[in-house]
Formats: sequence, C-alpha cells, structure tokens
Amino acid sequence: MKILTGNDLKSGAVTWWTGVGWSLDVNDAADVGEDGAKIIAREEGAQNVFAAYVIDGVKTAEGVRPAHIKDRIRALGPTVRPDLTLKPSDPEAVNWVI
Amino acid sequence: MVEVQFRFRDDEAVNDPAVTVDAFTDQSNATAVRIEPGDDARALLPYLDQLALVEVNFPAWTDGRGYSSARVLREAGYTGEIRAVGDIVIDMLGHLKRCGFDAFAPEHPLNPTDAQNAFDRWDNVYQATADGRQPIWAKRHPAGV
Amino acid sequence: MYKYDEYDQQMVDTRVAEFRDQVRRRLSGELTEDQFRPLRLQNGLYLQLHAYMLRVAVPYGTLNSAQMKVLGDIADKYDRGYGHFTTRQNIQYNWIKLEDTPDILADLAKVEMHAIQTSGNCIRNISSDQYAGAAADELVDPRPYAELLRQWSSFHPEFLTLPRKFKIAVIASETDRAAMRLHDIGIKMVKNDAGEIGCQFYVGGGMGRTPMIGPMIKEFVPLDQLITYSEACLRVYNRYGRRDNKYKARIKILVHELGKDEYARQVEEEFAHLLSQGIEPPLAELERIKPYFDDPAFETDASDDLDLSDPDFRLWVERNCHAHKQAGYTIATVSLKPIGGIPGDASADQIRLMAQLAKDYSFDELRVTHAQNIVFPHVKKADLYTLWQKLDEAGLGTANLDSVGDIIACPGLDYCSLANARSIPVAQKISERFGSAEKQAEIGELKLKISGCINACGHHHAGHIGILGVDKKGVENYQLLLGGSEGADTSLGKITGPGFDEDGIVDAVEKATGVYLANRQEGERFLDTYRRIGMDPFKEAIYG
Ligand code: HEM
Ligand code: SF4
Repeated sequence: MKILTGNDLKSGAVTWWTGVGWSLDVNDAADVGEDGAKIIAREEGAQNVFAAYVIDGVKTAEGVRPAHIKDRIRALGPTVRPDLTLKPSDPEAVNWVI
Repeated sequence: MVEVQFRFRDDEAVNDPAVTVDAFTDQSNATAVRIEPGDDARALLPYLDQLALVEVNFPAWTDGRGYSSARVLREAGYTGEIRAVGDIVIDMLGHLKRCGFDAFAPEHPLNPTDAQNAFDRWDNVYQATADGRQPIWAKRHPAGV
Repeated sequence: MYKYDEYDQQMVDTRVAEFRDQVRRRLSGELTEDQFRPLRLQNGLYLQLHAYMLRVAVPYGTLNSAQMKVLGDIADKYDRGYGHFTTRQNIQYNWIKLEDTPDILADLAKVEMHAIQTSGNCIRNISSDQYAGAAADELVDPRPYAELLRQWSSFHPEFLTLPRKFKIAVIASETDRAAMRLHDIGIKMVKNDAGEIGCQFYVGGGMGRTPMIGPMIKEFVPLDQLITYSEACLRVYNRYGRRDNKYKARIKILVHELGKDEYARQVEEEFAHLLSQGIEPPLAELERIKPYFDDPAFETDASDDLDLSDPDFRLWVERNCHAHKQAGYTIATVSLKPIGGIPGDASADQIRLMAQLAKDYSFDELRVTHAQNIVFPHVKKADLYTLWQKLDEAGLGTANLDSVGDIIACPGLDYCSLANARSIPVAQKISERFGSAEKQAEIGELKLKISGCINACGHHHAGHIGILGVDKKGVENYQLLLGGSEGADTSLGKITGPGFDEDGIVDAVEKATGVYLANRQEGERFLDTYRRIGMDPFKEAIYG
C-alpha cells in the first residue's frame, strides 16, 4: 500500500493520513493509491501538515508497517529511549522497528 | 519590466534597459547594466562614471553572490543606483541595503508593512560596510579611542 | 567570561523579535515551508525525525552557571527533560514545538544566549579549545579573538547566504583540542620572531563526504588585521565557491580545485583592497574584550595535595583531570558517556546540577567539549573529592575520558532525518563490551567516533577507530575505519573493507583492539601501533 506521512506544522509531530484527517498512530494510515500528490498539495496548502511525502507500507495483522526503517522509527520514536516512544510500556515495540 | 517597489534615492529613477555585463564591456555606451550571480562585478570598475544603474539579479534568494557584487561596486566608489531584482524576500532587505543596494524590484511584490519592519529592524550593526553606518565597535570607541 | 553590553543585548533581543515575526508569518501562511526553511535554519531550527530540533549556540564552548541552569530549565519546560551536547560544542533539543521557539529564544536572551547561525549556509558558532584560559600549555587565551569573530560574523550582511555552511575554530596551543584543521577556517594564535601575537590561518579543512585537512594559507596575520583578513577569505569564497552542486560547495573544494596557493593569492588581493576600507575594529575593541577572560581569583597558595585513597576517585582523577596552569587547581571533565548510555545526552536535572557545582567549585564556569563532555575548568584540588562525589551520585562520575568508552556519536537514525543507520545503539554496545575499568585501562587512549551517515557529524574520519553507518538495501550496515586523528597530528582514517551488521561491528572493534594489544610496544597508543604496523594485520584479524 501507499501511505502518506508528514509533520504537524505547529508541533512538528509525525502524522499519518487517515483518509479524512491526520493521526499520530501509523496504524490509522489509509492506502492513498495514486492520490498522494493531490492530497499533499491540498493538505500542505491548508497548513494542515508540512514536509509530507508518500511511502510504501504493508498492512499486517498487527497494523500498518512502513517499508523503510526510517519511517518505522518515525512512527514509533527513538529506539534508544523507549520511554519517549508512542508505546512506552511495550518492551517489544523496538523489535517492530528492526 | 518589474516595478521598483522600494527606492532610497532622491534622484530621478533610471529606466534605461539594462544590458548584460558581456554586452556592456564589449561595446556599448549603455548607462544601465545587469549583473548575474556568476558575473565579476570588477569588470565594471573602469566604467563606473558612465553608469547610472546597476541591476543585480537574484534568480534564487539563497544565492548570495549579489551581496558581494554590490559591495565591490560601492567600495570602488560607485554612487549610482544599485537595484536588487529577482527573487527578493522580506528577510533579505536590511542586509541588501547594508551592502549598498538602494533600490528593490522584487519579482513578487512584498507586503509593505513587513518590508518596512525589515528595513527598520536593526538599530545597530556589528560590521562596517559600504552603507556608512557606524558599527557597534565604533560607538564603543568614539574617535578611535 | 564575556558579558554583553547594551549593544550585544539589543542585537540578540532584536533577533528574537525578528524570529517571532518570521514564525508568525509562517503560521499565518504568508511564508511557505520552502521560504521558511532557510530562515528557521539560520536560527538553528531543523525538522528531524520526530519533531523540530533546536540547536542553541554555546560560543567557543564557554558557559556560566546561570546559562547552564537555563539550558536545563528549557529541557524541562519545552522539551522532554533532556538535551544533547554536540561535537560543535552546542546543545540540541529534540522535541521542540514551532510555536514555542520564540519564547525559548526569549528565555535564552535573558542569560545572553541565542541560536543565531547555528545552522544554515552562514558562518556558524565559533568553536575553540575547551581548556582555554586554564590549560598549562596555551600561548594566550584564544577566546577574546573568538569573541571578536563572533561579533563580526553575527548577521554579517554579505555572508548570510554562502554556498554552504562555514565553521571557524580558534586555538592557542600546540595540542589541538578543537580539530582546528578540520574547519573551514582554523586559526591558531602564534607568536612571531618579533615576539608579537598574531593569527595563523588554515583554510579549507572539513569532514563530510570529502574529508580534507586544511592547509596553512597565511603564516601570520597581525591582530589589527584579523577581521579584514577573515573578510577577504569569506568574500573570495562567497564569490567563487561552487553553487552548482551542494556536495561540492564547501570551501575545502574551492581551495582544493584552485590549489591553496592560488586561493591564498586571491585572498591576498582582496585583503590588500579591503585594508583601505576601514572595516577593522580598533585594537581597543580587543582590549575591551580581553579583561572579561581574565583569570578568576585563584588562591595563590592552594595546595597540590590530593588524597587518592578512594580507588574509584583515583581512577577518575587519573582519567578525567588535566593539568591546570595554576598550582593547586585542576581541570576536571565530566564524561557524558556512562557505560551503555547515550553519548552527549544529559537530563535537565543533571544539567542543573552541573550548573550548581560550577558555581560552587569552578568559579561559575563550564565548557562544552567537542567530544560531547562537560568541563569544570577551574577546580581547586582541595574541592575535587567533594565535587566528584556529588557528580558520581548523579551518574556523572564515569572515569573514561579519551578511552574506548568515551565514544563520540552523532544522533544517527534514532533522531536524524539524513541518517542511514543508528549510531547510538552501536555506541551503547561497544561501551558495554568494553565497560570494565580494567579493560579500558589496559587499552588506554582510544578515540572511537561514530557517524550515522557520510556527513560525518560524529567525526568518524578523525577517530583512531571510526564507524560509519551506511544503508545496505534498507538494512543498517557499518563500515570500520582505522587511523584517523584530530590532534596536532591530524590524519584521516581508512576503511578496512566490507561493512558489518550491528553485532558484527562490535566484534570487529574488539578484534582491532586485540591486534593492538598483541603488537604494541612500550608506551604506544592504539593509533601509534596502527601507524607503525599498518592496516594489514588488522584486516587479517578482522576478515581473516
Ligand atoms: C541531527 C541533525 C543534524 C543534521 C541534519 C546535520 C547535518 C549535517 C550535514 C548535512 C553535514 C555535512 C556538511 C557538508 O559536508 O557540507 C554535517 C556535518 C557536520 N555536523 Fe551535522 N547534522 C546534524 C547533527 C549534528 C550533531 C548532533 C553534531 C554534533 C554531534 C553535528 C556536527 C557536525 C560536524 C562536526 C560536521 C562536520 C563538519 C565538516 O564537514 O566540516 N551535526 N551535518
Ligand atoms: S552524520 Fe548523518 S546521521 Fe549523523 S547527525 Fe550527521 S547527518 Fe545525521
């Protein structure tokens, strides 16, 4: 699948396009098919997001997994500070990245 | 031609078409020339008396060669108009003026209030440049004391 | 330490107002991200993997305790309770909100700090020797000259949109503790035959993808021509540095392509012209700055005796303390490299504790080192044991300076959007593998440096052992380099061969140290042995 990610203008937080809006949780990411560029232009224009780009991902039983390690780290948080990731109480979360 | 949006000179605006540096040094009796980022402003030094307008083009504002071109001309004693043209953004204005620009013709007109704020921003400056403003070190040590 | 006068304060306050205005224009949509990026970068504001990142300048690495305290407070108030000290003697915060940045800058301005030109294609924060003003071996204190350059380079109207970033370092001793020749301009304070102090200029050094050691281009620039000569160096670069390819835009490429003699000739021509332009501050300005860096009120009869009966303390003194010019005092370095920790990170509480300790035991002063550690420059030996105990309680008592555990590591793929691989986990694993004091002591001085990509923020080219993260078809991979150095004997490391995975690189490092231990002669450091026996024995052990 093709998924769309960017950063929130005010906070800089990593966000994922859900089909109707932006979410902090990569598992909410929607398949944008061929529409990525169009959505980016609209959403950046409306200041809802910036530095947005389209990436490959796969949908698994556990959720959405970005194809590249860089985006998996963006989705979770720094692997060296599990306490600051989106899943601070899940010791297995880091393995999902790698 | 793009409008001059800001001008800090009292003399009559020069509107002669500007020729390229190559065309100018080759022949001509033109009184206006346009410097591109890759041109050597020093090629114009023998002809400063003849010139009334030098346009310095910024195809992209992040290419800062034009700042040096303007200072080179002012340091050589050129007193005619130096006009910044092209991709001119608010945040460059004060710095351009410090390097000797006294006219500004941005490709996309700028918000006049923001521009005025940018020109007025710095009450003091750390460096001596061709604009003649007294740098902070000179104020700290009046008359070279 | 330097103190702002009304002018300096006004400059910094004006910048806060300017940036507040730029942020307002960005949030209102007047500025697009493309237009805003170069502006925010000139204020040290990046976009990184998880959020905005703010880099705060620590000019020539010197801080007072009030400033250090504010750095801790900012970490709590606007970030997630920690900061990262960098190889450029600055501090970075990883979780900053755009809306908050004007207020952060305002908080910084209150203690004479800022983020001006900590990024972007302009003259960056000036770095210097972290032992300046304290080292026994310095000719003069380099910081007054660095301060003069700081003022000259701040908002220099001609040099804000250079071809690429521009880094200047100033040192004043034979032992180069600032990697001076790996800077765009390295300045070494020297004395000429007439006994006058002046500046020796090295231009065109740098790391990144094409590392180069800067050649000397002028042996002696008198103090009353320092600014004019610097301006000439920059103008030639601004006019002729390459702008067609950002990987060839650093001044090192210009100097390399022109040849150092031709570059020096062009600078000389520009210099001769600029000398008549009246751009040099009077020497009185240097004289005004100098007293700020006068020695603190040392006790002249302080004792050199130290009670070393506590073995842990003894180890720390041996590893982390350095000779001071004043009898009875020492320079103490706090290692931000606890075993298995994140190199360069410190919590808000640790930062504030160091601020308080500097006030109590180091004449209110601290330094940030390019090895990502913190220095107390002036500690009375009589106070040293108390200082160490307080540090140790807070997890800041690690005794490993310049040894294999004192690893320099860039943020890598855990934080950095340009990274190919993570640096920090590799640093942590190596640090644990070599964690025991006995092992570190056996190996002695070994500078290990890790970068997560070719940009070399972790100085991997200059490590006795360097590690470079690369991307091998989407999987993290690490190359090993041997033989780099950034001291007075600057050299660039060479790649040993094919790369490794995360565990493989840790093993490879261990094998390399094994070769050293088996081959070293009396008194040789790792680097010395490598230089003597060459790459082959290491290759054999690692790949054989
Ligand atoms: C996390 C965000 C960072 C980004 C995006 C970044 C970006 C870069 C880039 C692109 C270069 C190569 C410049 C060139 O070759 O022209 C570079 C070089 C460098 N950076 Fe960083 N960097 C970051 C963090 C750091 C940190 C944390 C440090 C200190 C630990 C650092 C210190 C340096 C140094 C010392 C160099 C080499 C300078 C030279 O080439 O002369 N950077 N950085
Ligand atoms: S070396 Fe690469 S990965 Fe490391 S901080 Fe610099 S740009 Fe990022």
